[in-house]
Amino acid sequence: MSDLAIFGFGEGGWGLALLEGAAMTLLVSACGLMIGAAIGGLVAWARLSGKRLAGAVGQAYAALFRGLPELLIVYFVYFGTSTLLTETALFFGHEGFVGVPAFAAGALAVGVISGAYQAEVFRAAYLAISRGELEAAISVGMNRALMARRIILPQVMRFALPGLGNLWQVALKDSSLISVTGLAELMRVSQVGAGSTHRPFAFYLGGAVLYLVMTVLTMRVFDIAEERATRGVRRAAV
Amino acid sequence: MDIDFITKTFIRLLGALPLTLSVWFLSVVLGALVAAGVTWMRVSGVRPLELFARAYVMVFRGTPLLIQLFIVYYGLASLPAVRASVFWPFLRDAFNCAVLSLALCTAGYQAEIFRGALLAVPPGQVEAARACGMSGLLMFRRVIFPIALRHALPPYSTEMISMIKATALVSLVTLWDVMSVALKIRNDTLITYLPLILAGAIYFVVNYVIGVAFLALERRLSPHLRPRPS
Repeated sequence: MSDLAIFGFGEGGWGLALLEGAAMTLLVSACGLMIGAAIGGLVAWARLSGKRLAGAVGQAYAALFRGLPELLIVYFVYFGTSTLLTETALFFGHEGFVGVPAFAAGALAVGVISGAYQAEVFRAAYLAISRGELEAAISVGMNRALMARRIILPQVMRFALPGLGNLWQVALKDSSLISVTGLAELMRVSQVGAGSTHRPFAFYLGGAVLYLVMTVLTMRVFDIAEERATRGVRRAAV
Repeated sequence: MDIDFITKTFIRLLGALPLTLSVWFLSVVLGALVAAGVTWMRVSGVRPLELFARAYVMVFRGTPLLIQLFIVYYGLASLPAVRASVFWPFLRDAFNCAVLSLALCTAGYQAEIFRGALLAVPPGQVEAARACGMSGLLMFRRVIFPIALRHALPPYSTEMISMIKATALVSLVTLWDVMSVALKIRNDTLITYLPLILAGAIYFVVNYVIGVAFLALERRLSPHLRPRPS
């Protein structure tokens, strides 16, 4: 079979499998980014709360997960949650290994990593809100929830977009590490294809091209979102 | 969980640290050389070179390091043309492949750091150097490089730390680095957390030391920015 035919969609072609792998990569990265947003939001909130203990915990989380290798975190989350689940099951009388689904463990691992970085993005975005706006909101009698909804969140989202775009790219690339858990995302599919056709060069190169296409296309989405989010913002004349 | 097992595991993990550090050091230095070339092309003003440099950065930053590593280690080795070439004695070794692949990847990131640092040099300084009649090389050595270096240091330390983290991937191409030794111990003893936690502690301390070293260097290089002693 020629090098191009193995990427085809006909019999023996790996085209569909690779595209499905790419879709799985997008899905697991997107879930990871959202879990990361939840963690990052909490950590940023803890650090901005002004409370000593909460601030220290938030800082420790960010420092820890930015200082550990991503691969180690993936293994730790995958093996760790499975062991935890197995032991919990044993406690309730179920014997034998209970594995966490690779998808859940993978998304959680990407989220745990991304959250440590997103915390910084959200914190910086909050600090970029001008103090006058917050004072104005208080002076017109807004309570905290209303102020968060009307004044803080819209601006934090706007200021955080460029940083989140970078972190999306990081999440997309980190998701390739989930292949070690056996989840059939793009990296894993490329590995399986490489193994069963004995053409690692073609498969890994094809996989890399798909990753590049995904990165470039999704960054375009972030560019458009940024353009939309800042359409009402006056810019200094360049 | 006995203390004996902890110390034994820790010593075994530390034994793998030299490999992790040598992959890191060699790839970072080699990457800096490649990055210098890529940056030079990017700012050369020659259109084809500039396009090549842009493409280089996009490809190596837009794809996961893991797949780049597998292209070099598994991919190239599977091509008969490579096996017959003069590069084969070099490429057949997993260590060389790991260093090469990590270096090419970090070069993409380092080139952007270098470019940003060059752009941050105030044009007035360059004009002043020209007005004094400095030649290109002298101007680079005395004016551009010292200023650019100070701008490059903070992002450079981040890149050094992320390269330490990236070396964990070489465990997937048969090398015995800290990560793979931790996994081996986990496999042999079926103890989940401890080997991974100890390995994590080693990586964390190494990264901490690198961060502190860069901060110290930054401080040393910017005495003019410190408040004067009262």
